[in-house]
Order: sequence, then C-alpha cells, then structure tokens
Amino acid sequence: MEQSVNVPKPATRPNIRLHGGLLALFILLLFNALVTPNFLQLQTLFVNISQVATIAIVAMGMTLVIATGGIDLSVGAIMALAGALAPLIFLSDFGIAYPALGVAAAFILPLFVAAICGLFNGAMIAFLGVQPIIATLILFISGRGIAQVLTNGNLQTFSNPSFSYLGTGKILGLPFQGWLALAIACVLFWGVTRTIWGRYLLAVGGNEKAAYLSGGPVKRVKIGAYVICAILSGIAGLIVVAINSASDAARNGNLMELDAIAAAVVGGALLQGGRAPIFGAILGAVIIQLVKYTLLANGVEDEVALIAKALIIVAAVWLQQRRKV
Amino acid sequence: MLLAMTGIDKAFGGVPALRGAGIEIAPGEVHALIGQNGAGKSTLIKILTGVYKRDAGTITFDGGTRELTSPRAAQDIGIATIYQELNLVPLRSVTENVVMGYEPKRFGMVKWREANARTRDVLARFGITLDVTEQLGNYSTAIQQLVAIARAVSLDSKLVIMDEPTSSLDASEVEVLFGVIRELKRQGVAVLYVSHFLDELFEVCDRVTVMRDGQSVTSRDLAETNKLELIADMLGRNKEDVEAEGMTEFGGAEAKRGPVRLQADSVSTGPRLTELNLTLHEGEIVGLGGLLGAGRTEAARALFGVDELTRGTIKMDGTSIAFSGPGDAIDAGLGFLAEDRKAEGIVPDMSVRENLTLALLPKLTSRGKISFAKEREIVERYIRALGIKTADMDQPIRELSGGNQQKVLLARWLATEPDILILDEPTRGVDVGAKREIQAFVRDYVEKGFSVVLISSEFEEIVEGADRIIVMHEGRSVSELTNPGVTENMLVNALAHNDGGEAPWNSQ
Amino acid sequence: MLNEDAFDLRRYIQRNSASATVWAVLVLLISFGLMRYENFGSAYNITSFLNYNAMFIAISLGMCFVIMTGGIDLSVGSVAAFTSVIAAYLSPYGIQIALPGAIIAGCAFGALNAFFIIVMKIPPFIATLATMLGAKGGALVISGAQTISVDWSSNFTKLGMEKAAGILPWTIVIVIILAVALWIVLECTSIGRTVLAIGGSEDASALMGLKVNRAKAFVYILSGGCAGLAGLFLASGFGAGQPLEGIGWELSAIAAVVVGGTLLTGGMGSVPATVAGALLLGLVFNILNFENGRGTISFSAYWQMVIRGGFLFVVILFQAQIMSRQKQVRS
Repeated sequence: MEQSVNVPKPATRPNIRLHGGLLALFILLLFNALVTPNFLQLQTLFVNISQVATIAIVAMGMTLVIATGGIDLSVGAIMALAGALAPLIFLSDFGIAYPALGVAAAFILPLFVAAICGLFNGAMIAFLGVQPIIATLILFISGRGIAQVLTNGNLQTFSNPSFSYLGTGKILGLPFQGWLALAIACVLFWGVTRTIWGRYLLAVGGNEKAAYLSGGPVKRVKIGAYVICAILSGIAGLIVVAINSASDAARNGNLMELDAIAAAVVGGALLQGGRAPIFGAILGAVIIQLVKYTLLANGVEDEVALIAKALIIVAAVWLQQRRKV
Repeated sequence: MLLAMTGIDKAFGGVPALRGAGIEIAPGEVHALIGQNGAGKSTLIKILTGVYKRDAGTITFDGGTRELTSPRAAQDIGIATIYQELNLVPLRSVTENVVMGYEPKRFGMVKWREANARTRDVLARFGITLDVTEQLGNYSTAIQQLVAIARAVSLDSKLVIMDEPTSSLDASEVEVLFGVIRELKRQGVAVLYVSHFLDELFEVCDRVTVMRDGQSVTSRDLAETNKLELIADMLGRNKEDVEAEGMTEFGGAEAKRGPVRLQADSVSTGPRLTELNLTLHEGEIVGLGGLLGAGRTEAARALFGVDELTRGTIKMDGTSIAFSGPGDAIDAGLGFLAEDRKAEGIVPDMSVRENLTLALLPKLTSRGKISFAKEREIVERYIRALGIKTADMDQPIRELSGGNQQKVLLARWLATEPDILILDEPTRGVDVGAKREIQAFVRDYVEKGFSVVLISSEFEEIVEGADRIIVMHEGRSVSELTNPGVTENMLVNALAHNDGGEAPWNSQ
Repeated sequence: MLNEDAFDLRRYIQRNSASATVWAVLVLLISFGLMRYENFGSAYNITSFLNYNAMFIAISLGMCFVIMTGGIDLSVGSVAAFTSVIAAYLSPYGIQIALPGAIIAGCAFGALNAFFIIVMKIPPFIATLATMLGAKGGALVISGAQTISVDWSSNFTKLGMEKAAGILPWTIVIVIILAVALWIVLECTSIGRTVLAIGGSEDASALMGLKVNRAKAFVYILSGGCAGLAGLFLASGFGAGQPLEGIGWELSAIAAVVVGGTLLTGGMGSVPATVAGALLLGLVFNILNFENGRGTISFSAYWQMVIRGGFLFVVILFQAQIMSRQKQVRS
C-alpha cells in the first residue's frame, strides 16, 4: 500500500465551489449594472428580494432533503395547500368573530397541515422504502388537488392587513419576507452545523450504513428532513398568498419544485447527499431569480427564461456528476 | 490446454492487484481457484470474463490468443460466468434468463415455444424439471444458480466459471450442484471453481491453483494434496512446519480475566451463521479465527444487534439482551468497528473530527446542541493518542491514508469507552506502522479491564493478539484454542481438521 | 411434462394478479356505469370517452416502457404541448405531413433526454425535468404564447374528430395499433426483453452482454414519440395547438402505468394492463361526471387530482409489499 506516504493537504474544495456560485452572481450583477436599465435602484432590489425569498425558503428545505440523498417534488403542492387554507381560516365565521385568533390560526394551522404532509412523505420513504421521487409524487399530484377542492378552484381575494404583513411588510425598509428567509437560514445553519441532528443529517446522506452502525437514528432523521421541508414550503405558500392578497390554488407554487431543486444544486447540494449548504441555497435562489430578472428586464420573453433555467439545472448537475468521477 | 493465462498484471490506481498471475485449465477439467481475501482471485476472473482490461500478459483460449474486451466478447468465444451475486434478473422467467441476448428468432420475433423447449432440454440434462415460464425469483437460490449454469451451457460454453457457487446453498442443494458439475465434466465442459470451502474442492475438482498477494503460487492435483497443504499455500507457510507442531499444547494457562461479560448461546441469524457459542470475560481478547466465509463477520453483526437472531440467546452480564439496532448496542456499552471501511465506516465528505465523534454524539450533546469545546478536546486527545496523521482535525477524512482512516474509526469507538469492543479486521489495508500502533492500542485498552472480540484473517495477528481463539468453520463455532501457547500452525491445523461429518449440510 | 406453452387462463391470472385486478375493476366499473346511467353506453359517450383518453393512453404507453427500465420521464406533458403547436403549424399540409412531423418532434425531445441520461449521466428525473422546462419554454416561444388555430380546410382535423368506417375514432384506432405493436415489441423482440431486464437489474443485464444503452435510448425516444402523437391528437381533436396544455399529464401517465401493475422500480410491466390502467383512471372521472349529472354528489373537477394521487398511494403500498416480500425470498 502506498497510502502511508500521504501528505495531508488542507481542504480547499468547498471554497472553490462556493466561488463558482459567487462568480456567477458577480457576473450577473455586473452584466445587469451595465446593460439593464434602472437596475441600480432600490425598487429593483425590493422586487427581487420579495421574489427570491420564497424560492430561497423552499430551496433551504429542499437542501435538507437532498442532503439525506432524497428529493421532494411535493413542495409546490404543499405551498398551494397551505396558501389555500389560510384565507379559509381568517375568512371563516370564527376568524371574523375573533380576528386576532383567526390570523394566528391562519398561520399555525396551515403549517401544521404542511408538517403532516412532510410526515407522510418521510414515513413512506423511511418505513416503506419507497423511492423519494415516487413517494413525493403522490402529494405532488393530490396536494394541489386538495387545495383546489377546498377552495372549489376559486381565487380567494381578501383584505387583511395583519396577515398581508407577511408579504408586504417592511423592516428597516426591506421586505419582511427577506428578513424571514434570512432568519430561517440562520436557524437552519445553526441546526446543521451545531446540533446533533445536523450532524446526523449529513452522516445519513454521506454514508447511511456508517451512520446506522454508529447508532444514528436514520429513519427519524430522514422523516425530520421531509417535515422541515414541508413546513418551509408551507411558509412560502403563505408568503405568496400574503403578497398577492389572494390565494390561487392553481398557480401558487406551480413549478416551485424545479426552482427549489435548481437553487439547491446551484448552491452546492450534492444529489447523492451528504452536503447541506444552507446559504448556498440562498445564493442559488438569488442566481436563479437574477437570471430570470435579467432576461425579463432585457425584453427576453418569460418562455425563454424557462429554457435558461433548464440549461442551468442540466449544467449544474452535469458538473456535479463529473466532479464525482 | 483449453485456457492458458500467463503473466497477467493488473493495477488499480497504481496499486497492483495482480503481478504475473496465471492459470492453466485443460478441456473438461474442473479446476479450483483459491486464495485469501484480496489474493486477486476475483480480479483474475474479471479479466478472463472481459469486465476488466489487463495491463500485461497473454490469454490463449481454445487454440488462439484472445483479446477479451467485454462480457459479451467472452461469452461469444465460450466463456460463461456465474457470479456470486447471480447475474440474473429475478423478475423475468426462467426461459428468458437462459436465452436472454441469444433468443431464437424469426423475422425479429422471439420464438418462445422454441426458447422454452431449449431451456427445458438444457435443464433436463441436469435432471431438473420445472415450469420454465415461471418468474425466476420465485425459485430458490439453488435453482437460480442452476439456471445460471443452464444459461452458460446453452451458450455452448467451453469454460464455465463459478464464483463461490455454494455460499448460499444448503446440503441437498450442494449435492445437486455437484451432480451438475460432474455432468458438465462428462460433456467435456471445463469448470473454473472458485470457493473458500476447501472440503468441497476434494469432492468435485481435479486440480487447484492457489493465489496469494496477486500471484499464482502453486498449482496442484487435488488427488495428491490435502487441506493442510492448501491452507499452508494460501497463507504462505511451510507445510512441514505446520505438521511438525500439530495441536498438542491444547489449553494453556488461564489468562488473568474477570467475570463473564458477554455470552452467546447457539446463536443463528441465517444460513451464514448457524451456531455461535462464545463467552467473553472482562479484560480479555477473544479472537474469532477462520477462513473466508466462516461466519465471523456475521457473528459480530449478531452480537451488535445489526442482524436479527433467528435462534439462540445473547446475555450481557448475565441478563438476556435483545438489541433492536446498533443504537441500543451502543447504549449498552458495545462498539463495532466494521470490516468494510469505505462502505460501512467512513463518511467520506465529513471531517476527521466529525467522523471520530459520530458514535459519541449523544454524549457530546445537551439539548440537541453539540459541545464543540468538549468535542475538540476529545478529538485532540485521540489524534494524539493514536498518532493520527492529519493536517488538522477539520480535514475531510477521504484525504487521509487508509491507515489513518482506520485509526480515526478505531478512535470513534474507543471514544465511546465501550465495555466490549468488536473489531472486524481492524488492520486490513493498513500499512505496517499503523498496524502495530493499532494492535498496541487494542492491547492497552484491554489492560484497562475492557473486553474485545477480534476478527482477523491474519493468523499472526489473531494468534498473538487473542487470549482465546474461537475457531469458526462454515457458520459455526467449532473449537477453541487458549493462549499462551497457541501458534499459527496450531490454528491452521484446527481449521484443516474440521472436515468430515461437521459440514453444515450434513448436520441437522 | 407440463404443457407450459399452451395458454392457461388460470395460470395467467395467477402470474399477473395486478393486471387481472385492473381488468376486473375495469369490467366492474363499466357494468356499474351501464346499469346506473342510461346514457353511459351511448355511442356518444363511448366515442368521446375513447377519443379524449387516446392521448393519455398514448403517453402512458411510452411512460410504461421508460418505467420498466427503472427510469422516469417527466417531460411528456410539455412535449405534447410543444408538438401540438408543431402539428397546428403543419396542419395546412394535411395529416400525412403533420403526423410524422409531430412524432419526429417528440422523438427529438426523447433523444435529448436519452443524451442527458446516457451520455451525460444525469439522473432521469432531473434530465427529464429540465426537458420539461425546455419543451414548455419552446412551445411558448414558437407559438408566441398563443393557441395556434389549425387549418380546418385540410384533412388534419379528421383525425381527431371523425371515425374510421363510422365506428371508432381515428385516434383510438391509431392507439390500438400502437399498443399492439408495442405489445409485440415488448413480448417478442430482444429489445423488449432487454428493456425488462434492465429494470430488473442493470448490472446483470450488462454482464449478460445485453445492449443496455441502446434499449435505454429506445425507451426515451419512444416516450417522446408517444408524447408527440398525443400532441397531434390534442391539436387535431380540439382544433388548436395548445402550448399551455399538458400540465400534470406526466402524472396521469405515471399513475396509469402504476395502476396497470408496472413496478415503479422497473423490471416488470405489461402493455395491455397499462392501457387498462389509463382507461380505468379515465373511467373513474367519466363516472364521477355522470354522478354529478344526477346530482347525487357534487364532485368538482378538482377531485380528479386527489383521486389520482389516492390511486397512486394505494398502488405504491401494494408494490412496497411485493418488493419487501421479494427481498425476503431473495435473502
């Protein structure tokens, strides 16, 4: 064995990967600053922050799931479901009679339902051994259906300032949901890097057998990841509803699974698992949003933006696979 | 000669796996290939079957020099292989598995009637009648194995390679398989038989090639040799020396040891571990000795609660225990260093620090939060104590050498301060220096009053390291040697003399 | 000696319990419908039902092959939307041009999937997800995000709106021909058997010397082609190329395939049972419509998705059981 003559070298790789993302971001910003009219204005920042927050929140959840080596296709449907529930609650007789309680319930109950959805996904995967893509396909299909059944497919419009604060409020001049995304990122980052749960999460994705033989609660960790991802999707769903002051179960979170997967992968999550770059997910979300914005602002149609997104996903995964080999 | 492979070299990433290996097989001969783990048997076979490309050497087969570029190319010239993990598709029918890739066709359409008939014919040659349209997966492993052989024969193979064909068969099934092998021989088909069950070789094989360290060391007629000689060849020892010492000094002095900590009675977890009896005292190293496939790893997994017991009891400090998984075992004070470092040990993307404390995490945590100060202190301590060579504790473990990775994994378990530590091949793939250090550390640990179960394929390690050696043979613990006074040759002898009526398929 | 070659219904049912169940449920539902609703057996209901479901059967057939290899194709809905636009543009030249045109366009997307998966080694669901986005974007780009009206003066709309010999809609005739052809391909050709073998065990298939990559390319291109056909039916049946259609079609197809007893992990599946699965799902909604018409219940169209998901859930539970049983047998 020649392995004895190994010169330990410092770990430089994660930095290179992060730099790749940052480089892309820098190029995008530079391009926009030079080309896009009105890019360097506060309004542009607000628009982008409020757009990017939902993607980022879901992408962070997706990052956790991908870290276990799984995938969650149901995030968009869960957004629709949570988003549909909230107005139903504060517009109900109870919600009108007790506005404060109604709004509180409109936050808590949808997230509880979202958590149940996550539990369902996780249990299918951990206990029945169903492949993640198939297990989450069930809610991907029926979650939105349930939301539409609940609302009868109607667009629910409302005017409820305290609920809408979630989407339109500002703190220090910046959109509330941007702060929320940041807060969630900090909590998750802390969870992933500082807690036993985070350590097990990465171990399960990095080498499930080793984690199991070391006494790691593999099943609980997996289920936990799906539950958190679902709750975060629920939050994103509420934000979208709050921004629009309307809930449209057909459109809320549509294709969000793609944005979230793309953001997570661009942010450095490995599809094989074992890596959970939380702030990478935010970076990925920002890049995806900026690409979209750049194209739109420069008169490129929305449709072409879709193709661009497809190319980003393929390129990001392809680069990952190559690095692996 | 039907097949002559000479001077075969093969290296993986600069590490040589074969160095001038070779084998010669005559037409219609049943030729055995044996060797310890890592001797190069499977690499040699994979070169012969077109899975790997050789770096150097020549292969002549059936009168011509051959370049084997793919499994298909090997099949087409008449070399068929039955891999240990059967290369069949259990969801498809018996017929399909036999004819797949070579279906009888007319106008591009498979003629199922003819395919079925052909399959039935081939199976009938071995005296087997079954519904060939049934899903293969619905038949026993033995039948599946025979179907794999039938596929080989139906392709008009001149050489059939069987890799560990009996490892999951029971007694009567083995007999059927042997019948088939004799039938093949009668039909003039040569068989290359890879097995670690030496008794079998004497029943069906004509010649044997022994491999060690990537080389072919001897080639003998089985009629003119015996088990002891083969084991001596495999281990690279001198047969006369082994014989001279014999097994005379049975039962040396009692080691200084405390009360019984762990006791296994008639433990079984399946066909690969049928009967394990073991006692482990405080302050004692018990070695599990045996050849490949003796059931040593399975024994370790049973003790650690990984595999469910189908029979028998395990007692710890006198009370029966039933672990529902490794988590329970760790809580009860056990540790298990698994054999396969890559697949079951390291989490490659994690740092040395994170790998080292993986099993210790619950003890480092209060209210979910990991105490990094405590973690760093412990990691620091073990890196120093075991002399782990790493740039710093946050270096990814995959960048370390094999020996240092192994030390980290050993530290992972030592850090949990288990009362009982099970070590499965703790020094495999580790350089000499690291090996000595690991051994010394294990000894130190036991001196402190803890207990160790040691599994090793290196006889030297087990003979020198263990206070008592439980010899395992084909899934069962068969005898016991007690140190001091045990020599490697005694162990070799103990292994060689477990033949006769004790084979699992004859017991019951 | 057993006479295994002769067809034996009992043995067939025993071996194909999943398919047999689907057929039985299908027959039950049809008889239920016939007894309960007076117009259920009307020529109008039957034709419009078959005509509408022809698209779904077509993509389910392609999906069935993909899933049998253990893969998945999420792009079929968008590809169908894309090809419906292509077909609409080609409609002035008549069906003889539009039909091959749409199918070739579909196959091209399939080939793109195959390239991503086989050459670039991207996991099938990511690859086809990207193609799904790409095809959707492409459909919107070439159509200018408008529905594209077909040329009514050519023979193009005859395909989707008229019947062969005045009995069966042309679409269903084509689908039947397609299904029979694919059935033969699966059961009687080496590429068909290779498809199943790959799903059963890709490593074993490679070691047996089967042409794994060729078969994989085949299934993705086939699936694309089937989606192309579905797009053609869409344009022809509704008189317009519809770039926004196709959302959720991949799920209907997956559900139909799985309900038809095809293992999601691959290695086992049946063409006729897939057709039955697609019909079964369609029939459930047909019956719900009738129930709505009678006013006994008021199921909105949105229940469709919920029920589809529910179906999938039940079938996956069954399959998980089958798989764990097989694991036990193996070990």
